[in-house]
Amino acid sequence: MIIEALIAFTFVAALVAFVLPDRLAGRGAFVLSLVPVVGSLYMWSQFDASGNALLQGGQTAFETVVPWLQVAGYEISWYVGVDGISLPLVVLTTVLTSLAIVSAWTPIQHRQSQFFGLMLFMEANLLGVFTALDFFLWFIFWEAVLVPMYFLIGVWGGPRRKYAAIKFFVYTNAASLIMFIGFMALVLGLGDSTSSFALPDVAQALRAGELGSFYGLDASTLRVVAFAAMFFGFAVKVPVVPVHTWLPDAHVEAPTPVSVMLAGVLLKMGTYALLRFNFTMLPEVAVEYAPFIAAIAVLSVIYGAMLALAQQDLKRIVAYSSVSSMGYVILGLVAYTAYGVGGATFQMVAHGLISGLMFMAVGVIYNTTHTRMVGDMSGMADRMPVTTGILIAGAFGYMGLPLMAGFAAEFFIFTGAFQSTVIAGNGLAIFTAAAMFGIVIVAGYLLFAMQRTLFGPFRLETDYEVGPAPLHDTLPLAVLLVCIIALGVAPEIFFSMITDAVDPVIGGVLQ
Amino acid sequence: MTAPAALTALASPLQMGQLPEWAALAPVLILAVTGLVLLLIDSIDADTTNSALLAGVSTLGAAAALAATAWSLATGVGQDNGAISLFADALVVDGMSLFFTAIFTSVVVMVTIASYDYLRDHKHQGEFYSLVLFAASGMALMASANSLATVLVSLELASLPSYVLVAYLKDNRGSVEAGLKYFLIGALSAAVFTFGVSLVYAATGSLIFADVAEALSGGEFVGLAGLGMLMVLGGFAFKTASVPFHFWAPEAYEGAPAPVSAFLSSASKAAGFAVAFRVFVEAFPLATVPEGINWVLAFQILAVATMTLGNFAAATQENVKRMLAYSSIGHAGYALIGLAALSAGGSANGNVLGASMAHLFVYGFMNTGAFLFIAMVERWGIGRTFEDYNGLATQAPVACVAMSVFMFSLAGLPPFGGFFSKYFLFFEAIENGFWWLAAVGALNSVLSLFYYSRVVRAMWFEDPSGSLDLGSQPVGLYAAVMIAAVGTLLLLPGFAPVIETAQTVAGTLFA
Repeated sequence: MIIEALIAFTFVAALVAFVLPDRLAGRGAFVLSLVPVVGSLYMWSQFDASGNALLQGGQTAFETVVPWLQVAGYEISWYVGVDGISLPLVVLTTVLTSLAIVSAWTPIQHRQSQFFGLMLFMEANLLGVFTALDFFLWFIFWEAVLVPMYFLIGVWGGPRRKYAAIKFFVYTNAASLIMFIGFMALVLGLGDSTSSFALPDVAQALRAGELGSFYGLDASTLRVVAFAAMFFGFAVKVPVVPVHTWLPDAHVEAPTPVSVMLAGVLLKMGTYALLRFNFTMLPEVAVEYAPFIAAIAVLSVIYGAMLALAQQDLKRIVAYSSVSSMGYVILGLVAYTAYGVGGATFQMVAHGLISGLMFMAVGVIYNTTHTRMVGDMSGMADRMPVTTGILIAGAFGYMGLPLMAGFAAEFFIFTGAFQSTVIAGNGLAIFTAAAMFGIVIVAGYLLFAMQRTLFGPFRLETDYEVGPAPLHDTLPLAVLLVCIIALGVAPEIFFSMITDAVDPVIGGVLQ
Repeated sequence: MTAPAALTALASPLQMGQLPEWAALAPVLILAVTGLVLLLIDSIDADTTNSALLAGVSTLGAAAALAATAWSLATGVGQDNGAISLFADALVVDGMSLFFTAIFTSVVVMVTIASYDYLRDHKHQGEFYSLVLFAASGMALMASANSLATVLVSLELASLPSYVLVAYLKDNRGSVEAGLKYFLIGALSAAVFTFGVSLVYAATGSLIFADVAEALSGGEFVGLAGLGMLMVLGGFAFKTASVPFHFWAPEAYEGAPAPVSAFLSSASKAAGFAVAFRVFVEAFPLATVPEGINWVLAFQILAVATMTLGNFAAATQENVKRMLAYSSIGHAGYALIGLAALSAGGSANGNVLGASMAHLFVYGFMNTGAFLFIAMVERWGIGRTFEDYNGLATQAPVACVAMSVFMFSLAGLPPFGGFFSKYFLFFEAIENGFWWLAAVGALNSVLSLFYYSRVVRAMWFEDPSGSLDLGSQPVGLYAAVMIAAVGTLLLLPGFAPVIETAQTVAGTLFA
């Protein structure tokens, strides 16, 4: 019952925050958001699951199944549970939301209660996305995440916030619809072999090869079409090149805490869904089209990094670098090895923490200097030593310095990708080598930006004082940094449960 | 319907023979008697402006009717093929009539609560409430009509008060003009409908649905009957505001007092569908209707034209009330799928029709709520265009949350009731072999998000253009809007009983 309790509590907390007076909303929302944090940490401490929640032989933790309603002979249930893939993301969601709420205290200065209410409402739906095991339930949470995000960008964003909000909404909503059609076609194509939308049932039926024909499409065509529709739908969310263009707009316009949630958790919805749907349910299609998917991944890595290199706005740099980092996740997924898929899952968490840290640090600097342009700033290290230190540490994490989460994740992914045999003749190694070149570019643009903004003489001309950030701005950064280092030093704290859940996914794929 | 286990203990005294059969008409009788009581109050004190008394009595009456309906549905009155026929088969009480009566009475409850504030400064309030209740009893009778003659009489009983209600603001030119237009087109369509009925009578020699169906299967006077059916269909197209008889709707809804618009666009439209469903399924059953009469094709054309035209016209409006009026035409198009996706001997006929009924049920809440929100805005004295709604959320956040719920629900976005009802409608249409109807519906839904989100954007994203001074907080309107919003939200977790009831009662029509 703990999953239900967490989701329900967060919904109620959202309502409470919404009616709190503005001056109390920030503190109140933070205190309320600690309950899900404690809850998810408790879940972690009690976690007892093996295997993959969707595949035969998997044991799911905290599972609940309650029949809900029937449509045309299909059973829809309230079906939630976590396995080694979803639990790290649940923990990431609760921790990052709490920290994002604290980081919103300074920049959000109007309509606070609505802002914090929406943040908590989004958290509740995100928890739903990562725990739901019934397609219908999952889709409701998946779509419901869009609504608070739309408002958060549209109301509290920068000058072009309306454009960015609409673009985000239209892009991701249209993508969801296409994905929805793809999945529905699969379920209908399965005919009588499943009588529910429960993801485990569908996954097992698909893996057992029970797909039939549907409206004149034979099973193998249907498989590919559905895979393509779902892949497209999730790729927009990830996002991968060339459907990434909503992301920089949304990031640049969104206020800092919203960017943190967007990069830290929302993008993971896309890769999580790719893993759960495309790569778990239709592995043979993924393997068949592996060169194509790997090419998209490499393109995202390199092109995203090149775009980041060309930016002048610190926030845009971090935003485009997300495209690049998420490309690694795709590469890890398509490798279909324990290290590849496990590393991809690990990278979801690592990137959530690191990008959250980077966005928050940029936000803290912006709160003080009111500019994000690399060219305008110089010598911030003298004025904001603590923030600077953390920002540099975060950048090192991004570049993949050992003993930080990013290094562990990328190391797993590259190891897995080199071992991979999805492409004959170890072809994936070539893609991987190309993708690794991205690391060099990442180091390039991050060092370049750091050097220009943080060091040298201070020369920002302002009529306000530029000094150290308040404690409540710095503290979330420190917490994130601790998490990043902890995951880097001891990746085992997540990685063993991840491999437990990942092994069944790759089992039997390449035989 | 299989009554929930807890309710089987509540066996209906009606079925145990303790009450006369006409007691099954209790909901209609309660509505009509309440209307008479209001007239009585009005004749005792002709100038009464005691809104609390009048609104209270009407709300109580409508709530009692709703309770009687819900109780009848729960205890299984007239269900399980035990339809209660009354007055020489002219009326019938079965699950379907009760289901629709539940829609009408819920809408009336919300409308009467809201009218308490809306009418506060107006004269002739007693008449207003009694007319609403008489119209509602006409609608409830329409749902029970089992003979073309009762259809005709109850249709007029519902229509005549509606004409007056539209013109209720008699000092307002728009209102009077709208009333006149509505009346003229209504009279014309009533004439067409009556002529159609007489042609059907000429061809079959009967007005009772079952007898008409039997005579039709004989195959005599096919041309005459076909022409009659086409004219009957025209009458329904008027009542449900379907293309090509939709022109009155935007005018009437815009000119009418907003609570009346809410009443007409939700309840009156549902009533039109109630009769259309019964007449075409029972009197002109597909299985036995002679070849050459293909009314399903007519409804397919009607459905596609109605939803497309309604949505495109709504997208071009500058006035929120007109936008809603056109969008309600679009929704008539979705509801028409209930008849357009039928096929002789189709396996899911009952499910499609039931899904359409469930959509009308959800629509009763979300559309009424949207119009009542507009009533509230009118009460505040704010203009009617999208610009006038700018920044409204800064002044009335709770009401704006409710309105956003209605808009997203109407657009069919999870997690609101409208998502489910649309989803079921499209899914059942696909199951019954009409994937293209579902595709047109889904495309239209995507388009509708554009104009629904305009309202949301105006309320939340834009800054107020002038000073927004809302003055008093209308309690009744707030309460009604909140009831509708809570209804729209609760219809998601509570959708199982609605859809199951609707599909069961619709299924008995095809049994």
